[in-house]
Amino acid sequence: MAEATGSQASAREQSAAARDLALGQLGAKKPRTLWRDAVRQFRRHRLAVAGTFILLFLIIAVIIGPYVWPKGTGEINFAKSMTAPSAEHPFGTDDMGRDLFARVLYGGRISIAVGIVAVIISMSLGTLIGALSGFFGGFVDSALMRFVDMMLSLPILPLLLLIIYLFRDSMRQRFGLEIGMFILIVGIIGVLSWMPVARLVRASFLSIKEKEFIEAAYCIGASRSSIIFKHILPNALGPVIVAATLGVGAAIITESSLSFLGLGFPPDVPTWGRLLYDNKDYMELAWWMVVFPGMAIFLAVLSINYVGDGLRDALDPHRTTS
Amino acid sequence: MGRYILRRALAAIPTLFVISLIIFSILALAPGDPLSDLAMNPQVPPEVAQKIRQDLGLEDPIPVRYAKWLTSSTFGQFGLFGYEPLTSFRSRAPVMDQIKERLPRTLWISGTAVLLGIAVAIPVGVLSAVRQYSLFDQIATTLTFFGFSIPTFFTGLLLILLFSIKLGWLPFIYRSTLEQDSWTLSWIVAMLKQSVMPIAVLGLFQGATLTRYVRASMLENLHLDYVRTARAKGLAERHVISRHVLRNALIPVVTIVALQLPGVITGAVITEQIFRVPGLGRLLIDSIINNDTPVVMTLAFMFSILVVFFNLVADIIYGWLDPRIKYS
Repeated sequence: MAEATGSQASAREQSAAARDLALGQLGAKKPRTLWRDAVRQFRRHRLAVAGTFILLFLIIAVIIGPYVWPKGTGEINFAKSMTAPSAEHPFGTDDMGRDLFARVLYGGRISIAVGIVAVIISMSLGTLIGALSGFFGGFVDSALMRFVDMMLSLPILPLLLLIIYLFRDSMRQRFGLEIGMFILIVGIIGVLSWMPVARLVRASFLSIKEKEFIEAAYCIGASRSSIIFKHILPNALGPVIVAATLGVGAAIITESSLSFLGLGFPPDVPTWGRLLYDNKDYMELAWWMVVFPGMAIFLAVLSINYVGDGLRDALDPHRTTS
Repeated sequence: MGRYILRRALAAIPTLFVISLIIFSILALAPGDPLSDLAMNPQVPPEVAQKIRQDLGLEDPIPVRYAKWLTSSTFGQFGLFGYEPLTSFRSRAPVMDQIKERLPRTLWISGTAVLLGIAVAIPVGVLSAVRQYSLFDQIATTLTFFGFSIPTFFTGLLLILLFSIKLGWLPFIYRSTLEQDSWTLSWIVAMLKQSVMPIAVLGLFQGATLTRYVRASMLENLHLDYVRTARAKGLAERHVISRHVLRNALIPVVTIVALQLPGVITGAVITEQIFRVPGLGRLLIDSIINNDTPVVMTLAFMFSILVVFFNLVADIIYGWLDPRIKYS
């Protein structure tokens, strides 16, 4: 009898010791959070990781490059007009003898800045409208959605061209040549591309609103604004992040298309699209004047698209994590 | 279903009104003046210029101008109530004539591009999905990423560089005078030679985006139960794919194509600029730069009608093809 209880006691002790060991180990590893899982999933997508590196490299290059590279963007030298790529001029020179590498680096700042700021505007607008619409429902929802539908029916390219052409002179006069154009282009792209984001956010809000933890938040007395911003919004951000990333690529392409049509930044501001617009007439004689700016756009947008794809895989709530 | 269509069509009308109001207001609010050359002209005294502006109705408040424009363009189009069709400031010819002249060209390039895109996207997308993660799939996915990351004007320039400048096979300027010739073999060849690059540029971009959608849609369908049932019944795999899966997978793709169609036509703006095709896109840019308000107004409004129309078409097709959708 004593033997049996003794063995039971030692069994209990053993299980208690095992439990303590296991609990101790729990503290040893980092806890799994939503974001850490997403990062792990993202790292599996090799092309997305490659894209991230390329994108970071491009961003650092355009920020630091103009400080490091000795040649300027406006050094005119007709003697060296249209020389092929060489050690001295890695991308060659353009028709006025300016170093193309410096111009591509400097122009990259503007092109990428336009992409990022335009997306910030459209994401903010879209998230605000989508959140209000999804959260309040009812009349607010249907009114806002009618507005979104109407905005979606606007023909984007004709309006883009029209507004830029009509308002660019007055914007330039008010804000200065480059800043005025920057505000105009960024504003227009932002204002015409927030609609899909609004729909995404609204859909997320509609589904998250019904979940139990929101009900619990109401029960403990959380205010409406804290529920919107602290509880629902962080969970709705997944598709928004993906849309934002892809939106930067789309905005870069839109800006370069506008510049290519002559309706973008003023002359001598070497954004990548503008470089293609200025140099396309010399293509027969100097292929590098067209190929390098175009490849810059291509590389930037490609890496952005891969990163966006990786983010979509990583942040997809339906994906089973392993 | 019929009631749904009717309701949507009726809802589209106020949308179009609002859109036309927005476009008109943008044009009206813009600084700059279609009669600025008149104002600059020293031979024209200011009172005369003012009188001309008043006669043309440029001094009226915006709602009045909008109402006048609306009545004159709708009635004038059909010659009712003594109104004349809208004429361009630049060429003094009726706007619709210019549009009618350029429309076939734009349709030829954009339409063929869409067909090319579909013809490429469906086989490639299906094969990619059926053999997921195979070498074909990886190459195809990479190529599609390349396809929609590269701006259309860069593709166009590269093609011109390769085929016109280095190789000299294809002309890079589209000669519209070629269209008047008769239907001989050499004419067909010449027409094809000058059209193939713009069509390829547009079509490959379309094809790249569509392939992604086809692949995603196929992948969604391949895991569903009915596919397992079909295979269990002993059907050959190719029948399972082509007769059962493909139809269901193509439903969202069809709606996407319908939604993207107006975008293709506006996207042709850039392609027409590179290859100098005198189509609707060129007309839009030229008339914006020339301050030719009637043409800009008409074209912008036409594009809006296209967008609204194709949105409606996409909804109807989706409801018709997918029996699970019930529109109340």
